[in-house]
Amino acid sequence: MRFMYIVTSPKPQGSPTPELMAAMHKLADREIKAGRMLDSGGLMPVATGAQVKITGGELSVVDGPYVETKELIGGFAIFELRDKEEAVAAAVEFMQLHKDFMPGWEGTCEVRAFAGP
Amino acid sequence: MPALEASLRWKRSAAMTAADAHRAIHHTILAVWRIEQPRLITSLARMLRDVPLAEDLTQEALLAALEHWPVTGVPERPGAWLMATAKRRALDHFRRSRMLERKHEMIARGMEAEQQAMPDFHSDLDDDIGDELLCLIFTACHPCLSGEARAALALRMICGLTTEEIARAFLLPTATIAQRIVRAKRTLSQSGLAYETPRGKELSERLSSVLEVVYLVFNEGYTAARGEDWLRPELCNEALRMGRVLTAIAPNEPEAHGLLALMEFNASRSAARTDAAGEPVLLLDQDRALWDQLQIQRGMRALRRVGELGGTGGAYALQAAIIACHALARTAGDTDWSRIAGLYADLAAVVRSPIVELNRAVAVGMAEGPEAALAIVDRLVPEPALKAYHLLPSVRGDLLHKLGRHEEARVEFEAAAALAGNKREQNLLKRRAAEVTDGARSS
Repeated sequence: MRFMYIVTSPKPQGSPTPELMAAMHKLADREIKAGRMLDSGGLMPVATGAQVKITGGELSVVDGPYVETKELIGGFAIFELRDKEEAVAAAVEFMQLHKDFMPGWEGTCEVRAFAGP
Repeated sequence: MPALEASLRWKRSAAMTAADAHRAIHHTILAVWRIEQPRLITSLARMLRDVPLAEDLTQEALLAALEHWPVTGVPERPGAWLMATAKRRALDHFRRSRMLERKHEMIARGMEAEQQAMPDFHSDLDDDIGDELLCLIFTACHPCLSGEARAALALRMICGLTTEEIARAFLLPTATIAQRIVRAKRTLSQSGLAYETPRGKELSERLSSVLEVVYLVFNEGYTAARGEDWLRPELCNEALRMGRVLTAIAPNEPEAHGLLALMEFNASRSAARTDAAGEPVLLLDQDRALWDQLQIQRGMRALRRVGELGGTGGAYALQAAIIACHALARTAGDTDWSRIAGLYADLAAVVRSPIVELNRAVAVGMAEGPEAALAIVDRLVPEPALKAYHLLPSVRGDLLHKLGRHEEARVEFEAAAALAGNKREQNLLKRRAAEVTDGARSS
């Protein structure tokens, strides 16, 4: 099964500490070598993006930064895993690194399976 | 069940029954174990210089986790817990068997010292197990073992599948797989091949017995029918995973990349290979929008790496390059058949198989027309290896039909129908025989 991990945080919390970066890099390296991680990427700050939306039947384009932002998406990864349990176990390990190497950080790693066969 | 609740940092829905919760933690433990298992088995194998023994101890650590974690909770560093447990079992093993040889004494002493040292929580991430993993793979896929035994060992030791899961995937009784694994491990132990580390030129030579197993596992999953146990098609993913592992830890072996590309391309068509009723859809008739572009890109990347390593002439690389022609064609009509015909000619020079030659004939037929193709097929008719192969008369019939030689085509299709193994193909060929007869009458 293919899964997407989306890491979000409720507010900007500064760049990851070097320790966290190093730990995540090692984890990613291990996951690539284990044949589980297919792709990953970080996203540029929200302020540099744009939103194309439809509200009340009107289509509009809004350039960042936005007045109201509930949560920020920092990055994503795509994994090929056996089942949801494996996906959750991997996400727990990933988030444990944040807890250990960037105290005070708050956020969510959302685990979503790809639709399809 | 308060202990269970505490054990799961995972919050589960309130509606979950105790039995569900029990199953859930069982699943969670297996998932955690699969993540940790490669490092466990490789570290133990390096320490003990014995892969079969390392495998036993890794399994014992899993059993210990299944026994303890539902009560105590999944520890915060499950990897460290499993490693400590497995090492403790190794010490027990040495004490029990009273092995007083120097080597074993030294290992035991080293492990005791390590046990007393403070565990480093994230040491597992610092530990590059690439070399050990390669050694493990080479031992599990030793040419002295049968293909079947190698496949079972590889799935268990490299992918962390349980014996029961392997049995289900291969549609065999668990006892059969268990026995296969026990025998294979015994063979390795007795022949003194318990820890093999081929290097340099020998590595490349031995690699073929590894790739063969990976491809065998892939094909076992690829031929699985829809609706069968989901673990069967899952074998494709396990093979792909092994392929990705191999290309990551042996990055300079072109055939490993070639096989990975071949598997990625084939797997990319999974969703298009059968229709809603489960009937197979031929490659040229498939809806290309259903092909998995991420997988095709990964296949292309692997194929580019083959080129950088100068390995485009390898058997897997050539097969991958052929499928890449299909993967890159936006419609069936865009297919570069002359390139495919050329690649089949190169492949025929490497593997010398009449079946490859027959495939080349089909490609030549598409590129240059039926006449040129028929000349190749006619040369294959006396081939003993193709005597009972239904696709020879089937291809020949198709070419004759295109040349307007309907009566000869009918004879060929009927011969093909008589040789075809399955009912669905037989019916298709009989239908074609009837069609050419009608065609002959109306012309």
